Order: sequence, then C-alpha cells, then structure tokens
Amino acid sequence: MADGSIGLWTVPLAVLGGAIRVSTPFLFVSLGECITERSGRINLGLEGTLVMGAMSAYGISYLSGSPWLGVLAAGITGALLGALHAGICSLPRVNDVAVGIALMLFGTGLAFYLGKPLIEPTAPRLPAIDFGWWSDIPQVRAALRVNVLFLIGVALAPILYWAFRTTRWGILIRTAGESSDAARAMGHSVLLIRLRATMVGGFLAGIGGSFLSLFYPGSWNEGLSSGQGITAVALVIFARWDPLLCLWASLAFGGAAALGPALQSVGVTSGYHLFNAAPYILTLAIMIITCSPKRTLTGAPAELSITR
Amino acid sequence: MDFGRISRRHLLQGSAALTLGAAAGARPAFAADTTIGFIYVGSRDDYGYNQAHAQGAAALKKIPGLKVVEEEKVPETDAVEKTIESMINLDGATLLFPTSFGYYNPHMIKMANKFPKLRFEHCGGLWSDKDPKNAGSYFGYIDEAQYISGIVAGYTSKSGKLGFVAAKPIPQVLRNINAFALGARLANPKATTQVIFTGDWSMPVKEAEATNSLIDQGVDVLTCHVDGPKTMVENAARRGAMVCGYHVNQSPLAPKAYLTGAEWNWEALYPKFVKMIAAGESIPNFYRGGLKEEIVKTSPYGEAVSAEARKHADEVKAKFLSAEGYAIFKGGLVDNKGKTVIPAGTDRGQKDPELEKMDYLVEGVLGATS
Repeated sequence: MADGSIGLWTVPLAVLGGAIRVSTPFLFVSLGECITERSGRINLGLEGTLVMGAMSAYGISYLSGSPWLGVLAAGITGALLGALHAGICSLPRVNDVAVGIALMLFGTGLAFYLGKPLIEPTAPRLPAIDFGWWSDIPQVRAALRVNVLFLIGVALAPILYWAFRTTRWGILIRTAGESSDAARAMGHSVLLIRLRATMVGGFLAGIGGSFLSLFYPGSWNEGLSSGQGITAVALVIFARWDPLLCLWASLAFGGAAALGPALQSVGVTSGYHLFNAAPYILTLAIMIITCSPKRTLTGAPAELSITR
Repeated sequence: MDFGRISRRHLLQGSAALTLGAAAGARPAFAADTTIGFIYVGSRDDYGYNQAHAQGAAALKKIPGLKVVEEEKVPETDAVEKTIESMINLDGATLLFPTSFGYYNPHMIKMANKFPKLRFEHCGGLWSDKDPKNAGSYFGYIDEAQYISGIVAGYTSKSGKLGFVAAKPIPQVLRNINAFALGARLANPKATTQVIFTGDWSMPVKEAEATNSLIDQGVDVLTCHVDGPKTMVENAARRGAMVCGYHVNQSPLAPKAYLTGAEWNWEALYPKFVKMIAAGESIPNFYRGGLKEEIVKTSPYGEAVSAEARKHADEVKAKFLSAEGYAIFKGGLVDNKGKTVIPAGTDRGQKDPELEKMDYLVEGVLGATS
C-alpha cells in the first residue's frame, strides 16, 4: 500500500513475529525444565535463573564486547544456580518446590543487586539473520529477522524428543524420574542424575535469559522478565513433559503476547486488558479442558513431588 | 529484603524517643550539614522517572552544606514510612522528597503529622487545605513539552502517522497523549496518533511488541509514557523510526533517531526549594508549573529536525514562556468519538484543575481509554 501500511495484515504478521521474537525465552526455559522434571525434580527457581542469566549476559557482553561470551556466561550462571538447587535438594527431607521458590527470590534479588550499574550502559547485542530477504515489504522483513538462539531452540526440541526415547542418557533421566528404585537397582546414583539434569536445565534457562537482554527487548532492566520464567515452568505441565509440545506451546505463548498490542494498533481497542491476558487465559483453558479427577496427568514423571 | 533496613528498624525502636527530640529541635534553616532525604519507587538509573528525580538530587549534592541521603526501590506501602522515619531519626533529614505518586496518602501525610517541624515535599500529589501545613505537593505540566514534541513529530513524520506507547489510561497519561496529538496537528492537520496501552508502568516485552506493531502500521515517529522509555527508544531506532523521549534525555541511546523529548527539570526546581527555605520563605503547599516555571524542559533538537519544525516549535515555546501563557486545550475541543469535551469559548489554561481529571482522547488520536 502506498502509505507503507499493511492494514489488518498487521495482526497475523505481529502474531507470527511475536511467536518468533517472544517465544525464545519460553522455549529455552521450558526445554530446560522439561529435562529437570523428567529426572523427577521440579525447579521452580528458573524465573530467578532467567533473570540472573539476562543480567550476567548483559554484563559480560558489555565488559567483553562479545555478546556470545555473554550467552556462555548466562549458561554457566544458570548451571551454577541449577547445581545449587540440586545440591540443596539432595539433602534429606528437603522439598524441591520450596527450594525452587527460595532460589527464584534469591536469583532475582541477586540479579537486581549486581545489575544496578548495568541499567544505563548499552551492551553489544546478538546479531539477527535476515530471513525476509525475499520480501520487499518492510513489515515482513522485520518479522522474519530471526536470532540464532531461536533456531537453536527450535532444533533442540526434536533432538531432545529423540534423545529421551533412544539415547542411554535420555532413558537414564526418565528412569530416575519414573522410578528412583529402578535407577538405583541399575547401579546409578539418582542424585547425580538429577544434579546433572538440573544443571542442564539451569544452563538452558540462563541462555533463555541472555536472549531477553541481548536480543529482544534487548537491554537490561529490572522488569525485563515480568514472570516469563514462571510461565515457562507452567508451560511444561501444559506441554505434558514433551519437548516437541514445549516448542508449540512456546510459539503459541509468544504469539499470544503479541496479540494485545497488535489488535490495538489496528483499532480493536475494547478489552485490551483481556487480550493482554491472552497467554494466561490460554493456559487456564487448556488446563481445565485436559484435567480429570479420575487419573493423574498423562506423561507426568511418577517421581515428581506434585504427582507422587 | 536488605538487612540494613531491619537492623535500622530495631535500632530505631530503642532510640526513637531520644532522636525524636533531637530531630524536632533542629531548625530547618539551611546552615551547615542539612540533610535531605530522597525516596524513589524504582531504580534511580532507569533512564526514566526515577532517574529524573535522582538528577535533581544530584544538583542538591553540589550545594555546599547540604547532605543528600537516597533510598531506591521503596514500595508504595508502609515501607516508605519506615524509610522516612529512619532518614529522620538516623540520618537527621529535615527535608524529605518521597517522589512516587502512591507515597502521598496516607503514608507521607501520616509522617508529616508525626514530625510537624520537618518539611515534606511530594511529587504529583494533590495537596488540599485538610492536609498538614508542613507537607506540600509539586508537579509539572509536562504536557507542554509533549506538545512541543508533537509539533516536531508532526513535521518529521512522512506518513503522518505517529505512535504513542502508554502504560495506563489515567489523567496524566491521557493529557500527555492529547497534548502530543494536538501539537502534531499544528504541524500537519491530517496527522494521527495511534496509542497502545501496555497495562502497566514497566512491561519491556509488551512495550517492544507495541513499538513493533505501531511501526508495522506505518507509524514513523514514536513517543511514550512508561516508566523506562529505553525499550521503546532502542527498539524503534532499530526499526528505523524516529523517537521523542520522555522523563529524561534519551538521545545517547539513539543519537540519530532522537528528535526531542519531554523532560523533567527537577535539577532546576529542587535548588529553588532549598533556597526558599534558606531565605526563610515558605514553599507554596501546592506548587505547579511548566516550561516557564522551569519544572519541565524539552531535549535539544536532534539532527533530523528540520529548520521549519524548529522554527514553529520555538515560536510555541516562546508563547509558553510569555507572561500571558498559552492554552493547549482550547475551547471547542472534540474527542475522538465526536463529543465536544471543552465547550467553545472556554479555553482551559494549564492550571485548570479540570485538566487533571481528563478521561478522553482528542480527535486525531486512534485508540480508546478502555
């Protein structure tokens, strides 16, 4: 169109763009949590890990000038927080949900404290790959500017799906999650398996955080996560502990987050609070539709403290 | 939770009676070692609302004999009362600036009644005769600066479509949106301002999505009213759109895309308050003003602002600075539903309290308040 506007096409395009832009942190946190929960433990602290990851990635990127070093630092920070969670949980009679909540507060608090001097400076950002080169509509090109982390996340989902089914490590993790006695009988340390699973989960969540501060929205501030880590943990239950479903659920949440602003921009202004709440309404609706008092959630690892 | 505050509180219980006497005895005349307390709701380097106040506090630090104590991220609950008490009892503060809207009633009022000899200055509250005399509220007509931004935006936009990323449809925000839209229409009578409400003061992902959606709609100049404009400014500049800033000067974030901006000028106002007290004058309890009173200011024009835009914006600015003033909201104003909201012939001057109850969007704004 002559004035550079694409009218109502903005909405589907924004949902597509949102699915690509907003979903990445959800994807990484939920895949990470998927691994951790499949080993029989819940780490609710991933919100804290996400925020710590965002802060450390921004800090390292700013100090070193390399955003990729920042991503690595975020992963390592996340793995350390995961190790802390697993370490505390391996003590007798410790509740993993309570530890998770404590670590969530610890992670966000520590990130806010250490991140104070990082709010003002501008750190180098991660580059984007232009997948919209074929189109001469600027809106399409903007929506298809994709970050490598998103592609890695998308590739990781089927890899994990495959790994859980066929690799030795995947089966070990699932054994620890379904029956710790069986894992022990096979001569494996359940605590060690869970420690590794939680550390890998934390590593991925930390990388999810680096996407927030280094790509989109692309700077460090204290409201950056606004609960995305928590949402992603819920998303794992929603996705029935299946990495492939985690991918679709993350894309749906990303798209839903873009819906509110996009509808307002084309003039659908009534009830924007409702549209802004779309991701949460979606979660509630699917939870209600799929839950049943007669059976436990399908796909839930039997050793999880919430299902046991 | 920081441990400093807990131990302060315990300390406070023991020594309250003793220090209270000492504090009440201190005269608020600014001799040596006067302490002034600043309380912020967020982090003081947020490139936004809190940073603007912190810049004002920094201006006071330069004045010899003044000591400034600050505390950030104090929630709008009784936490602020504890902060005020510890600033008074432990740091000896005699002038306090609780800068967030929600601090005013009941928290600051309660403290002002408890410490009648000390002075409390609140940003944004509506002081009335029923409130304590040692409390005051000040605020700026920042819509004047938004109006100037609107003029500049109207000239700069090629599509005639402007965007406004707003937090919530409350009167202060609506007044800014309307002033920006009216300013833009001075420059380009066909200009429209599309508004998107994110629902809260700090929602970086929503703000970024709103920015992208607006630009997808053909908007090429954006401004905002959220706590931290950094997200909007950076994301709009990345997409090649122009921006007008808010709260403080964000031009270092996007030097090429930054046109101008509506800024608070607390670094001019706070030293004025201090001088008034030092001279033995009393600060008016209800203090308001705009560009003329140096409570708000506009950012220096960016390189993309045309000579024509500069000229027009400077003319209007001169009218705001003149003795007779200038009314943004003139009689015959129609809202975007076609209803006349200000009857013809009655201009609403900046000090008109009706404007502080604004609940409409003017003609030319695309969007709705609910």
